[in-house]
Amino acid sequence: MTTTAHPAPAPTRIPRLPADTAVVFGRCLRATLRSRTNLLFGMLQPLLFLTFFGPLLTRLDLGADGSPWQTFVPGILVQLALLGGSFVGLGLIVDRNLGVVDRMRATPVAPLALLLGRTLRDVVQLVAQSVLLVLLGFAFGLRAPLPGVLAGLAFVAVLSGALAALSYGLAARLRTPPEFAAVANTGVIPLMLLSGLLLPMSLAPGWLDGLSRAVPFRYTVDAVREVFRGHYAAGTVGLGAAVTLALAALCLAAATRLFTRAGRG
Amino acid sequence: MSDQEPVPALHVRGLARSYRLPSGPVHAVRGLDLTVPRGEILGFLGPNGAGKTTTQRMLATLLPPTAGQARVAGRDLVRDPAGVRARIGYVAQAGGLDPGCGVREELVTQGRLHRMPRAAARARAGELAAELGLTALLDRPTGALSGGQRRRVEIALGLVNRPEVLFLDEPTTGLDPGSRAGLWELIRRIRRDLGTTVFLTTHYLDEADALCDRVVVIDGGRAVAEGSPAQLRSRYAPADSAGTLQDAFLALTGRGPTEKPLAV
Ligand SMILES: Nc1ncnc2c1ncn2[C@@H]1O[C@H](COP(=O)(O)OP(=O)(O)O)[C@@H](O)[C@H]1O
Ligand SMILES: [Mg+2]
Repeated sequence: MTTTAHPAPAPTRIPRLPADTAVVFGRCLRATLRSRTNLLFGMLQPLLFLTFFGPLLTRLDLGADGSPWQTFVPGILVQLALLGGSFVGLGLIVDRNLGVVDRMRATPVAPLALLLGRTLRDVVQLVAQSVLLVLLGFAFGLRAPLPGVLAGLAFVAVLSGALAALSYGLAARLRTPPEFAAVANTGVIPLMLLSGLLLPMSLAPGWLDGLSRAVPFRYTVDAVREVFRGHYAAGTVGLGAAVTLALAALCLAAATRLFTRAGRG
Repeated sequence: MSDQEPVPALHVRGLARSYRLPSGPVHAVRGLDLTVPRGEILGFLGPNGAGKTTTQRMLATLLPPTAGQARVAGRDLVRDPAGVRARIGYVAQAGGLDPGCGVREELVTQGRLHRMPRAAARARAGELAAELGLTALLDRPTGALSGGQRRRVEIALGLVNRPEVLFLDEPTTGLDPGSRAGLWELIRRIRRDLGTTVFLTTHYLDEADALCDRVVVIDGGRAVAEGSPAQLRSRYAPADSAGTLQDAFLALTGRGPTEKPLAV
């Protein structure tokens, strides 16, 4: 062997987190692009809703101005972020069982970068899928102003980042995929139903509407619906932004704790 | 560091780890003392559940000890984990390869995780592939490699940063005899050419015998004996036995370890 042994690594105090995150992000993104079936399956469910459920709504009065598509497509986008984001932790469990996580943790890479790089990949993937859904929505008859669509995608990005990070935090503490799936399903399905994604909660009886006000995603989807209608100054939008950002901050803090302390138990 | 007392590759005192389980604590490692000079191939020999993996994961900064201290490559395990990580290679039993990822990409990414610039990481990947006979495999997904080839890639990943200490957890478990012999030769070559200290775990006596300068027998989380394979044979094999390492091991642990791996 020709290599020289043991060069002392240069001692530095440069903040490495962004560069480390970029390396992890790149690796994860390439893995995602390789598994095209995965990408497709992630799209399948929202596509089915768009195709087979959306048209049912076109003759309904959803109690809001604008077309039913302006109510429905935002719901499908938030659903994609919710379901797509919550289950990414499964990938971490698979990688951990392969030893990939330990192999990377035994390098100088910032531990937080292993969380952030993955999360960022999920955000990119879910936003890209959302763009496709919006375009399809347009084919079905959705009409929405471009700034509104962009604002809606920003909501999707923040929400999917929050949920993906939390999902990884959870996965870091659970042992097996079935265990993880049980916990994630139990959490996500009721929250999804309670946030009025498919039909707005304005149609709900009082008790259900009241209950759903405790679910943060409701505020996100209501805000996305407003911006899709071109109402940017509505109070719903501000409230939705505040709730979504607060949720993201909370999820990220919790995820950081769970993720970087995993293995200590 | 003076010439008389070079800093050992590993200096471990009272290292312990318990796992808290609902059924009560599991004392996986109980007060381990270990000093490993630089350039040694040390074998950690013990039956399943002896605490080999737990010890290595602690020394590789992956698992915080519940007690004790250790210096790895001269760096304090608890106070300077980043310094330890920069100077070690760790190859888990699971290996740590993504089956969908290509060999080259794994090697380059590993260099990037060690914070090499992109060009340096690429160059290092090519260099390691040449040294470990992986050049023809660089563009294959790791999932399409044989067990022996996969192990070589995993070890290559552990060598990306030219580590001072290389941890190998059961490196030959599940390999066919030809691949095992090849891997032993590779491990000897790593030590000879790079001066790397190699700390490997095994439950194969023939492996400890053939490969290791020194063997620590671990059982129930404690080191129960240590010495060169020859010393262990002469010290612990009962007089009425054939005097093999197997006999010594049986006498020490009261159990029979695997004599030969299954050729699968
Ligand atoms: N994560 C864990 N939680 C609880 N017990 C564990 C865990 N990992 C290992 N153990 C226990 O610790 C002991 C030592 O395990 P390990 O270090 O894996 O042994 P070896 O590698 O020598 O087979 C065993 O009794 C094992 O069951
Ligand atoms: Mg083990």
